[in-house]
This record gives sequence, C-alpha cells and structure tokens, in this order.
Amino acid sequence: MQTKRMTFSSGWLPYLLLAPQVAITLVFFVWPASQALWQSMLRQDPFGLRTTFVWFRNFQRLFDDPHYLISLKTTAIFSLATTVLAMSLSLLFAVMVNRMIRSRDAYTTFLVWPYAVAPAIAGVLWWFIFNPSVGILPYMLRGLGIDWNHRLNGNDAMILVVVAAAWKQISYNFLFFLAGLQSIPQSLIEAAAIDGAGRFKRFWTIVFPLLSPTTFFLLVVNIVYAMFDTFGVIHATTEGGPAQATHILVYKVFRDGFVNNNLGSSAAQSVILMAIVIVLTVVQFRWIERRVNY
Amino acid sequence: MVENDRWGLLLAHLILILGVAVVVFPVYVAIIASTHAPGTFLQGVMPLLPGSHAVENYRSVIFEGRSNAGAPPIGLMLWNSFVMAVLIAVGKIAVSLLSAFAIVYFRFPFRIFFFWVIFLTLMLPVEVRIVPTYQVVANLGMLNSYAGLTVPLIASATATFLFRQFFMTVPEEMLEAARVDGAGPWRFFKDILVPLSITNIAAMFVIMFIYGWNQYLWPLLVTTDDRYYTIVMGIQRMVTGADSEPLWHLVMATVVLAALPPILVILFMQRLFVKGLTETEK
Repeated sequence: MQTKRMTFSSGWLPYLLLAPQVAITLVFFVWPASQALWQSMLRQDPFGLRTTFVWFRNFQRLFDDPHYLISLKTTAIFSLATTVLAMSLSLLFAVMVNRMIRSRDAYTTFLVWPYAVAPAIAGVLWWFIFNPSVGILPYMLRGLGIDWNHRLNGNDAMILVVVAAAWKQISYNFLFFLAGLQSIPQSLIEAAAIDGAGRFKRFWTIVFPLLSPTTFFLLVVNIVYAMFDTFGVIHATTEGGPAQATHILVYKVFRDGFVNNNLGSSAAQSVILMAIVIVLTVVQFRWIERRVNY
Repeated sequence: MVENDRWGLLLAHLILILGVAVVVFPVYVAIIASTHAPGTFLQGVMPLLPGSHAVENYRSVIFEGRSNAGAPPIGLMLWNSFVMAVLIAVGKIAVSLLSAFAIVYFRFPFRIFFFWVIFLTLMLPVEVRIVPTYQVVANLGMLNSYAGLTVPLIASATATFLFRQFFMTVPEEMLEAARVDGAGPWRFFKDILVPLSITNIAAMFVIMFIYGWNQYLWPLLVTTDDRYYTIVMGIQRMVTGADSEPLWHLVMATVVLAALPPILVILFMQRLFVKGLTETEK
C-alpha cells in the first residue's frame, strides 16, 4: 500500500493520529468479537452459577436444533426474495430513467429519498398499509377474495417484511444502476442499432452484460443488507412471528441473547454470522480489485 | 436516443410514474393517517384524503407523547436522535480524517497492520456481536448516556477509505510547497488538507447523519432510561407496547416526524448525498 513520495517524519505523531480510531475498534469491535468466540465454547447452567468449557458442542447443538435450521431457511428465503425484488425493480426504473432527458432529475429525486427512511420505519409504514383491520391493501385484497392476515398467516407475514425491506433498498440500487448505465458508451448501442438489433435484444446482449460488475456488486450489498440491516423491519413489526415464520438469524441472536438468556448459543450464532459477513466482505473486495484491473 | 419511438417513451413514462407512485405511497398514507381523528380508524378502512386533526395530533405527540403509557414526549426523542446523528457524523469524520492523514502522509512501523485493524470494522457489524458488545458497554458504565449511544459507532472504515482515496489524489506539490514555507504536519493538515477535502467532508456528513439518525438496534440495547430513547426505536415502543390496537393517528404522526429530517437532508443535499454514497463504495 503506497504513501506519498514525500512524507513527514515523526516517531510518535502517526500513532497519536491513529489512536482514537484504533482504540474504538479494539474496545468495541475486536474485543467483543473475541468474547463471542470465547463464549461460544462455554455453557452456563440455568442459574448462572457454573460455567463449563464445552468446545464446539454449542455449534453442534445449534445444527441439531430444528429451530435454527428453520431460521437459516427463513433467512435464505427472505434475503433472496428481498434482493431479487429490490434489484429487478430498481434496474427497471434505472433503464427507464436513463432514456429520459429533461425529466431525469425529477424522477431521480422522487426515487432516491426512501434511502433516508430507517428500516424500522419502513417496516411500520408497510405494516400499517397491510394492517388487516384498517389497512388499504387487505381491503382491496378482500375485494379479490383474498383474506389477508399477517398475524396468523406466515406467508403473508413474509411478504410483508420482504416488501418493506425491498422498498427501502430500491433507491440505493437505482442510483448504482443509473451510474452503471451512464458509463456504457453510447457508440456500442448505436452500432448495435445500425446492425438492426431491437431494444430488447440490445438490452440483453449489450447493456446487461456490461452492467454485470454493478449487478454483482449490488447482489452482495443487498444480501448483506437483507441479512443484517433488516433487524428493525422484523423487530418493529412481526417480531419474528407468526410461529417463527419471519425469525431471521439476526433476530434469533438477539432473542436468544436478551430474551431467552441463552448466552452460549447466542454467542455461537454470532460467530456463524461473523463468518458469513467476513466471506461476503472478502467477495465484495475481491470484486473491487478485479474491476480496478479491468 | 437511437431511434425515435414515441410509444416506447410513453410506456417508459408510464412505468416510472407507477414506480414513483409505489415509492411515495407509504409515506402519503402515513401523512394522511396523521391528520385524522382517532375515531376514523374504528370504522374500518382508512380514508385516502386528509382529515382536519393535523395540528392537534402533531401537538399532542411532540409535547405529550404517550406520557400516560410512560413514554416520553416525541420532542425529546427527536432531540436525542438529532444529538446522536450529529455526534456520530462529526465523530466519524474527525476520527477518519486523522487516521487517513496518518496512513497517507507518514511512514511508520505497523502501518499496514493498523490499516487492517481499521478494515476489520467492516467485517464486524453490531448485528453479529450483539451480546458481547452490550456487555462491554455495560462494564464501562456507558449505558443510558450519549457517550454509549455514539462512541462505539464512531469507528468507520468506509470514511477512512474515502479520505485516504482523496488524499492520494492531492498533488505532491502541495506538501512540498507547504514544507518549503515551513509548515509542520499539523499546520499542513489544518490549513491545506482539511480545506481541500471540504466537499468530501460534507458528502460524508450527509451519509453519516442519515446513518446515525436511523440507528435502531444500538439504541435499543444501550438505553433503558426513556430520557435517552431515540425516535426510530421509540416508534417500536408505541406500536408494540400496548395490547390494544395502536393509536394509528399518533403512531403515524410520529413516523412522519421520524422520517422527515433525513428525507429533507437528502432532498436538499441530493448532489452531496449521491457523491457520498457512490464514492464510499469505491
């Protein structure tokens, strides 16, 4: 990693400059993470009197626990659905906005602001719209003969949290897709048009492949978002219910740690989540390196 | 435009208008709901046109909140959120500027090691180490304080990387000229580097303000005293706190108040916002 050709020389100043950041990182990031690692191998008896070292038994128990496996599956479905919904809608909007000339800025303004809405608030907004007794959508769905109740029906609850989570993420994806589209040289598209390729053909054979670095980057970002940042959506609305239908992993760590007081298991779950984040971060940064060398 | 196809363009406009409608709809509904009297929601589906109780509802949430249910007025929560967002944004920027300066303008042992320590923060979001982080903050006696709300979130790899990236593009001649004029490191940092990065600092501020304002899990963990509740987590208490149906007109008024400040920040500083968002990811 390079520095400037010419640098200052001072024995202690750089350490002083780095001190605040490094201190916070060590105290609030590295230390708790190592604690999680340590606690994941301990087990406390129900009264908190005795702690025993149990090696990997907490992990073993976790993977034997049907609740955890269901939560894994729920998380996979939730992240995938959120990612696909948010990305496909924002790609559609970005392609359309990219065709506009005068109205581009106006549409962009209208599409970017949900970024500012906290996931928890996005959850509450859609929760209200989908509310079985006063919400608008269930009222309209009743007209179609569908009885909507996300308090009883697990699928309805899942749809609710997916819609809320995806709604908030559209603006982020939209901005990156739009930037990606604008960096595609117009000459390529014109050349294809001269060769007689129609709009759809041009999109699938030229635009979409050239956009793939952006798409891949957003795929990782969206999965990270859906897995970790959506805690608020779940906690403020369904609270993991009904019957654990929306009990995603992050929510389960929180529940097991704070409500059920099962520290060993919660720590083991934390360690698994850390492993997932680390893998995703590495994938994301590998991609960035590749793009730089392009 | 490659070809002139009028119908395609019309279709595009149609899709976008529909899209904008879907995106705006939830907030429209919230604003409408916040202007109605409580009785409206007992009669079934909510209306789609504004009611006449706006002033009353907003005054009631800001100054009273649900004091009868033990929750503080929204005004205090808004203030807490504001303090938290500003402290986090300023803190992150200050800490990151300093460490980026150290990494770019100095050569010293363990430089790469420190770079990786900073990088680690990206890999360990609060969500994956909830319980141990809570224990650390509790042991330090930082529960229920502004320090507890902000300090643990101030380390930022993204901001450090952004400033590092920017410092690398500052011409070498700047430093040479400053040194010829006898400026030391601190002088160079304060009088040259920071003024040059002012656009980046502003863009970062916009992003980090929104990040701080929208924190949910963290304030939920470190505050049990309602004087330190922030608005985003306070809403959850309003929605799920009571056994009865939530008081929708008041909940929605709170939602509007909670969402408005960051939305205004984005709308008025859209250019800075887009710059901050797209550049931190590079």
